[in-house]
Amino acid sequence: MILEMNNIEKHFGELEVLKDISFNVDSGEVVSIIGPSGSGKSTLLRCATFLETIDGGEIIYMGEKAAHTDAYGNAVYVHQNEMRKFRNYCGLVFQQFNLFPHYSILKNIIDAPMHVQGRSKEEAEADAMELLSKMGIEDKANAYPYQLSGGQQQRVAIARALAMKPEILFFDEPTSALDPELTGEVLKVIRQLAEEKMTMVVVTHEMPFAKAVSNRVLFMAGGVVVEQGDPKDVFDNPQEERTKQFLRVFER
Amino acid sequence: MTFATMLSTMSEGMVRTLGIFILTLIFSLPLGMVVALLRKSRFGFIRGFISAYISIMRGTPLMLQLLVWYFGPFYLFGWNIGNWRFPALIIGFVVNYAAYFAEIYRGGIESIPVGQYEAAEVLGYTKTQTFMRIILPQVIKIIMPSVTNEVITLVKDTSLAFTLAYAEVFSLAKQISASQSSFMPFLIAGVFYFVANYVVEFVMVRIEKSMDYYK
Repeated sequence: MILEMNNIEKHFGELEVLKDISFNVDSGEVVSIIGPSGSGKSTLLRCATFLETIDGGEIIYMGEKAAHTDAYGNAVYVHQNEMRKFRNYCGLVFQQFNLFPHYSILKNIIDAPMHVQGRSKEEAEADAMELLSKMGIEDKANAYPYQLSGGQQQRVAIARALAMKPEILFFDEPTSALDPELTGEVLKVIRQLAEEKMTMVVVTHEMPFAKAVSNRVLFMAGGVVVEQGDPKDVFDNPQEERTKQFLRVFER
Repeated sequence: MTFATMLSTMSEGMVRTLGIFILTLIFSLPLGMVVALLRKSRFGFIRGFISAYISIMRGTPLMLQLLVWYFGPFYLFGWNIGNWRFPALIIGFVVNYAAYFAEIYRGGIESIPVGQYEAAEVLGYTKTQTFMRIILPQVIKIIMPSVTNEVITLVKDTSLAFTLAYAEVFSLAKQISASQSSFMPFLIAGVFYFVANYVVEFVMVRIEKSMDYYK
């Protein structure tokens, strides 16, 4: 098991965003998370990637506990030094790409491997060029983010995340900021990664994509996992009323 | 007094003016960053102290501040510090300009989207690395026009040193003009300030251009 999240609780002030959510990801699995906005999908990803701290429950990567609830009911994380190891297990691709505008495409990809992981420039560059050619944009290595289309920028963001060699890669609505015609090129890259058995969790509104690519679909609403299972079952034969209601919107 | 003597005396004054200018920049540019970061400290009393300091620096005349730095030690504490004129002057300018630079830096830092911090955090950068490698370079580009403005103002503000009777170019201009009953010293001073700022503008534009490679 790459990731186990057990009984996760998260609230912002009075608002309960995640209510006792448990969810696992196995090696090589592609999990899609769907659901209406405000359902806690993004918050779940942000908790899994340590951008948000949980208020209760446990997060376990590769069998090692990163956070758990202590005897007093407070969520405790491992010490900061150990945290770096856990951050290294996971990568995240953002909706807004968040490339570093002052770095060239190549530098965006090699900077963290060099300065966080301490890898040599030669090695990092060789890896980066390989990733860029896989993303079909090796000719953009020396360009700057503003010179690229949204779809290209998102592919660079994926390459940047992959360059850290994560065990698991999270996507937070990776195509929501893109024009429909640019969506396809990003989804194609994710599909290709799925074929290579990259472990991934994708929060998405692209239902046909979720159905075609994922091994498992989670439907979230109101801070809970309403339904999960094989994509065919969830999409074609949903059991819960809330799921049916949500999927009907997409049939229109 | 011949024109040549006038010019050479005033050139010496201009060297002192540039001395104030350069020393003020050397100390206030980094100090402003410290102030800007302290303003976001997690300790309330530090934040309170810093915001009071900035208010006072911006809310009172620099000329008054210089007088306080110069006469304060004696009148407030009875200290008689030898050769205090120049240090008082530099402290006054540095402490004042650091407050203005701090506000410029703060604006710049706050304009960086939170996504930049998050991307860096997920990639495993430490807080220091995130600031030095990701945030600061972008901040510098954003704040450059405001810094240029402030630096140009500083060139002209150095003339306030006349309040402490420090023999920089403006004090000398007044003195020579009075003793020689001549208008020429003011014209010379004007040309000196203008040329100094022309150079400042030229340099700053070059620096801004060097950061034009990204948007």
